[in-house]
Amino acid sequence: MTKTTLIKAITAAMDEELARDEKVLVFGEDVGKNGGVFRATDGLQKTHGAQRVFDTPLAESGIIGLSTGLALKGFRPVPEIQFFGFVYEAMDEIAGQLARIRFRLGGTRKMPITIRAPFGGGVHTPELHADSLEGLIAQVPGLRVVIPSNPYDAKGLLISAIRSDDPVFFLEHMKLYRSIKAEVPDEAYTIPLDQAAIAREGQDVSLISYGAMVQECLKASDELAKAGISAEVVDLRTISPLDEKTILASVEKTSRAIVVQEAPKQAGIGAQVAALIAEKGILYLNAPIGRITAPNTPYPFSEAESDWLPNKNDIIAKAKEIMAY
Amino acid sequence: MSQNIIDFSQLDKLAKEFKTVKVLNEDGKIINKDWEPDLSDDQLKELFHQMVWSRTLDERSTKLNRQGRLGFYAPTAGEEASQIASNFALDKADFLLPAYRDVPQLVRHGLPLYKAFLWSRGHVDGNKYPADLAALPPQIIIGAQYVQAAGVALGIKLKDQRQVAYTYTGDGGTSQGDFYEGINFAGAFKAPAIFIVQNNGFAISVPRNKQTAAPTLAQKAVAAGIPGVQVDGMDALAVYKVTKEARDYAVAGNGPVLIETLTYRYGPHTLSGDDPKRYRTKETDDLWHQRDPLVRMRKYLTAKGLWTQAEEDSWIEETRNEINEAINKVENMPKQKISEYLQNTFVDSPVEIQQEIERYTAKEAD
Repeated sequence: MTKTTLIKAITAAMDEELARDEKVLVFGEDVGKNGGVFRATDGLQKTHGAQRVFDTPLAESGIIGLSTGLALKGFRPVPEIQFFGFVYEAMDEIAGQLARIRFRLGGTRKMPITIRAPFGGGVHTPELHADSLEGLIAQVPGLRVVIPSNPYDAKGLLISAIRSDDPVFFLEHMKLYRSIKAEVPDEAYTIPLDQAAIAREGQDVSLISYGAMVQECLKASDELAKAGISAEVVDLRTISPLDEKTILASVEKTSRAIVVQEAPKQAGIGAQVAALIAEKGILYLNAPIGRITAPNTPYPFSEAESDWLPNKNDIIAKAKEIMAY
Repeated sequence: MSQNIIDFSQLDKLAKEFKTVKVLNEDGKIINKDWEPDLSDDQLKELFHQMVWSRTLDERSTKLNRQGRLGFYAPTAGEEASQIASNFALDKADFLLPAYRDVPQLVRHGLPLYKAFLWSRGHVDGNKYPADLAALPPQIIIGAQYVQAAGVALGIKLKDQRQVAYTYTGDGGTSQGDFYEGINFAGAFKAPAIFIVQNNGFAISVPRNKQTAAPTLAQKAVAAGIPGVQVDGMDALAVYKVTKEARDYAVAGNGPVLIETLTYRYGPHTLSGDDPKRYRTKETDDLWHQRDPLVRMRKYLTAKGLWTQAEEDSWIEETRNEINEAINKVENMPKQKISEYLQNTFVDSPVEIQQEIERYTAKEAD
C-alpha cells in the first residue's frame, strides 16, 4: 500500500500490464520520451522499450486507426488521446470503425483496445481541452465508458479495461490527477467493469454521479449530514453500460434521487440514469428526480469555468429542495 | 532587384517524376522490354484467367442485382488490371483492407464467393471470415481503411513478419484526412504497407480534376516521405510489376509505397440508382473501352501462343457455374437472428445485453 495520486495509479496500472502481457502497447502524442503531457506514461518507455511505448504522429484519427490495425494483428493497444476534446477528430475511427468491428465481423474478431483520455473542467485549459463529451461516446454501441473518481478505482479499473477483450474508453478527470491521494496497493488488482460503487452510505437521498462530481457529492454529503440529511453517494464508475441494479437498489432505499454530472444537460448520462429510474423505479420515489448539470453551452472560457461548473452548493440546495418536497 | 525565392515551376518538374508506367500497349505489344515482369507462361495465363473471371463475375453480379438476387453492388468491369494484377503480385499472408469495389481481390485472396454474395445481400455471415483469411470486409467510409492499414503494417513490423498490409481507395479517397494520416503514419513508422489508389477518374460524379490541384495522385506520397508511382491501370503487366516491386521494397523493411492506377469503371458507381450519363460522355467511355485491360492481355497472350477462344470460353463457363452454385447457396441460408447480433456486440456482454439476448431468443423461438 502506498498513498498516491490518481495519475500515479494510472501509470502503475499501465506499467504492470506492460510487464504482464507482451501484447500490450502504449502510444499516442508525447507518451514516449516525454512520458505524456501529464506524465501519465512517465518512465514507461524506459522500462518497456520504444517498441512498446512510443510516440505517434499528431493525428487522432490515425492513432485510433493504428490501434484497430494493431488489434487485428493480435496486439492489445492502449492509445492515448491527449485531451478528450480532440476526440471529434477520431469519431469515425472510434464510433464508425473500432466499436463496430466485432459486430460487423459476426463475432469472429475482437478489439481489446483501451483508449485513455484526460478531460474535465477546473484546471484552466484552453478551448476543447476540458469538455465532458462522455455522452457522445456512451451512445456508441460496442464500447464501454469508464470514469474513475479516485486513485484506488483508477488503477483497478484501468487494469480491468486493459485486460478486457472489448474496447473501453477510459476517461481521466484532470482535476483528480493530483488533487487527492489514497491508499493504493502496489501490486496489480482489478475492479470489475459495469459495476457502480456506493461511495458513501446514506438513507434519505441518493446522489448518483461519476468522475470529479463524486468528490463534490461527498463534500455535499458531509454538509448535508450536519443539516440532518443522510445522503448516499453512488459512484457509477462505468457510465456505459449503467449498473442498473446498484442504482435502483439505492433509490429503493432512499426514495429520492439526484443525478449529478459535469457535462451539459442535453442527452447526457444523467438523463440516462433519470430515465432508468423513471422506467424501473418510479414507484420508489417520494419526490421528482433532481438533475444537476452544466448549462447547455460549449465549455466556457476558463476564467468563467467555476461559475459554469456544478458544485457542492448546487447539490446541497437541490437535496434540501427535494427533501422538502 | 530582389529575385524570386519560390520556384514556381516546381510542380512541372515534379510532374516529370511521375510519368505513367506502361509495359503493354493497347495492341498487346511490350513497349518497355526492361519492365516486362518475370512471369512464367503458366502465371501469365493464370493472371489473365483471373481477369476473365472478374469480368464474368461483374456481368453476372449485375444481372443478379437486376433480378433482385444480389443487393449492394459496385461494378468492377474496366478495373481488372488495377484490381486483379495488383492482388496477383501479393501473398496470401499479406493483409488486405479493401473498399467496397474490391470484392474481386477479396475473393482471389481467399474469401469464399458465397460470402461475398452474402455481404452484398446484407447477411452477417458474409463477414464471418475464416481465421486464416488475412482481410477485413469491404470498407464503406471512404479512406477509413488507410489508417487501419498503417496499424496492421506496424503490427507486421513489430512481429517481424515478411508480409505487407495492402489497401485500396479511389481518386476521391485521396482527399480524405484518413488518406494522409494513413500514408504519413506508415511512413513515420517505416511500416510495410502498400497503398493503392485506383483512380478511375470519378468519385461518383465528381471528376478527378475537381478533387485536387495535384497533377498526379501518386505525388501525394512525396509529402509523406514515401515512394509513389503512377501506373497505367489498364495494363495488367505494369500494375503487376510495380506492385511486386513495392512489396519487395516494403518487406525488406524500407517502409510503405503509394501506387496510383489510372483506370476506368465502365459501369455506374453502384447499381443503386447512379446514372453515369449525367456526368460522363460517350466519347470518354469509348476512349477507355479502347484501352480495355482484357483485350490487350488477350492480344499479348495470343502472340505468345498462350490463348485460345475455346479455353477462355471454358473459363467463363466454369465461372458461371461457380457463381450459380454460390448464389443458390446464399438463397438457402438461415435467416439472421437479432439475438446473434446482440451476442456479437461484445465478447463479454453487459447485463443489459444479456437480458436483450434472452428477450430476443424467446421472441425468435415463437
